[in-house]
Amino acid sequence: MKGFLIFRLFLRDLKKQRKRITLTIMAIAWGTISIVLLLSFGEGLKRSLNKTQHGLGEDIVIMWGGQTSIPYQGLGKGRRIWFIDEDVELLKKRIPQIEYISGEYARWGVSLTYKKNTVSEHVTGVYPSFKDMRAHYAEIGGRFIDDSDMKNKRRVIFLGNELKKRLFGENEDAIGKTIILNNIPFTVIGVMIKKMQMGMYGGPDWDKATIPATTFKTIFGDKYLDDMVYKPKDASKAEEVKKEIQKVLGAKYKFDPKDDKALSLWDVIEGQKIFSKVLLGFHIFLGIIGGMTLLIAGVGVANIMYVAVKERTREIGIKMALGAKRFHIMSQFLLESLLIAILGGGLGIVISVIIVEIWGAIPVKTDWMQWIGKPVISVEIAVITAVILGAIGILSGIFPSRKAATVNPIESLRYE
Amino acid sequence: MIQMKAIRKIYSTGKVDVEALKRIDLQVDKNEFISIMGPSGSGKSTLMNIIGCLDTPTSGEYYLDGEKVQTLNPNQLAEIRNQKIGFVFQNFNLLPYATALENVEVPLIFKGVSSKKRRKRAEELLDQVGLKERMVHKPTELSGGEMQRVAIARALANEPSIILADEPTGNLDSISGKEIVDLFEDLWKQGHTIVVITHDKEISDRTQRTIRLRDGMIVDGF
Repeated sequence: MKGFLIFRLFLRDLKKQRKRITLTIMAIAWGTISIVLLLSFGEGLKRSLNKTQHGLGEDIVIMWGGQTSIPYQGLGKGRRIWFIDEDVELLKKRIPQIEYISGEYARWGVSLTYKKNTVSEHVTGVYPSFKDMRAHYAEIGGRFIDDSDMKNKRRVIFLGNELKKRLFGENEDAIGKTIILNNIPFTVIGVMIKKMQMGMYGGPDWDKATIPATTFKTIFGDKYLDDMVYKPKDASKAEEVKKEIQKVLGAKYKFDPKDDKALSLWDVIEGQKIFSKVLLGFHIFLGIIGGMTLLIAGVGVANIMYVAVKERTREIGIKMALGAKRFHIMSQFLLESLLIAILGGGLGIVISVIIVEIWGAIPVKTDWMQWIGKPVISVEIAVITAVILGAIGILSGIFPSRKAATVNPIESLRYE
Repeated sequence: MIQMKAIRKIYSTGKVDVEALKRIDLQVDKNEFISIMGPSGSGKSTLMNIIGCLDTPTSGEYYLDGEKVQTLNPNQLAEIRNQKIGFVFQNFNLLPYATALENVEVPLIFKGVSSKKRRKRAEELLDQVGLKERMVHKPTELSGGEMQRVAIARALANEPSIILADEPTGNLDSISGKEIVDLFEDLWKQGHTIVVITHDKEISDRTQRTIRLRDGMIVDGF
């Protein structure tokens, strides 16, 4: 009954102050839409950028040989460090904290021909573990290089999706076809699934061709690897793994394990952490902007409530005469301001969901749409919005309700 | 029931202090039916506000049902008003958006009574004042006399120690006014203590005792 009376009172006020209350509810709705859409697009962008970041690979470290900068065991500084394929096995054996490791050979300007199409491209020679570490996933019907290819030095080739288009066109299927690599026939075993990629070395993956490392060495006769890629079992222990690698390779190549220049490492894990922090900061920034819009709407609610207090001065006096305590008077106005916040917030959320659904249904045709991603209303966003709405409802009601509770009952009973 | 000793009330209006009540000594016993009369400015309203715990005296002692009232805080005074005082106002002061039944329930809501018990009690009270058929009507659908009956039923909701009526017939025609005074008389005979502030001699003649105020002092009816 008590709640019903409050709702009836709100309806009565709605009739008397229809325009003002409607505008206030719309302002809250607008503020809610702002914060929900800003956070949702932020979340969509975050997920898309994360995916793009992971296009290079997740939780991996890419390692090149560097140049020593500290004299060590009688050897001067300035020595180049070059990896060989045995180093891959060595590190895997000696450092159990490494989950995957692959060596990588690379060569530019390799001729690739299919029928009348000839292109000059970047070709790499890698191990099977490269697939998961560097997100080289094949489209349906294809596969990546496997252990048997390595063992048998097979002449098989995995193509980046853009490279495939240049050789075969959009529509022709490449799987099982033969292409000529430096006058040697290779069978296409897979085409890379399209991916977004932010970080890269030697060009984007979608432009490269990949063959087994053993085949590469046989054909091109390269003695040294261009780089090694590894993934620690536990990303949080990446630093420890780095130190172990410095020790093991330092012992083999006779450089000081503390020499930072002997090996050149691109720690994608560290980059991911920084990137996550930047994204979080950006997300928070968007949330603050949305929150400020909602706060301004809250001022409108407070204004409405102050008017309500003034107009209901006599009624407050009556209730006080009948025994209403401060709490009774305050809670009525607080509940009303919460009701306005809930109505406006509910309307705003419904409109936001509709907008997000419509946007999500639009097919992704352009690059910028791919980068922005699709807006996502996550549970956290819903909770954050609800909490902010509740806070706005309470804050905008608390000052008017305190004023109501300090009304002099004698004066208010005379108020016309 | 009511015991006032040396009650004074001074209003400060900037430069001038106005002594609305000057040393009031008043006693009202249980089951008394008294009226308070006096010209404008005599201090009737001030006295009523203090009796009704809407205001506190500047000095003196006020005991209501043996409880010292003047030192209580606002929330405690609200509780006293809820449970010991039943107000009846000249202009009824009903909540316009609530039905007669809901208006009577209001003091029970503030007491924390459950909705089932509230409803039952309110129905009984409206029946007692002869308005059982009108309980779902809003004040705009009731006559002046009916509205005042609703106000009286509301005043009885928490079984108060005293019913305090301020010019209860002031906004009523003579017939309705008489009905209201008859109702008060019935309530008095049922054992209630009633204090009526009035200008109307016809009402004061029906009370047991009339206290006359002039210039903030009791001049008759001690």
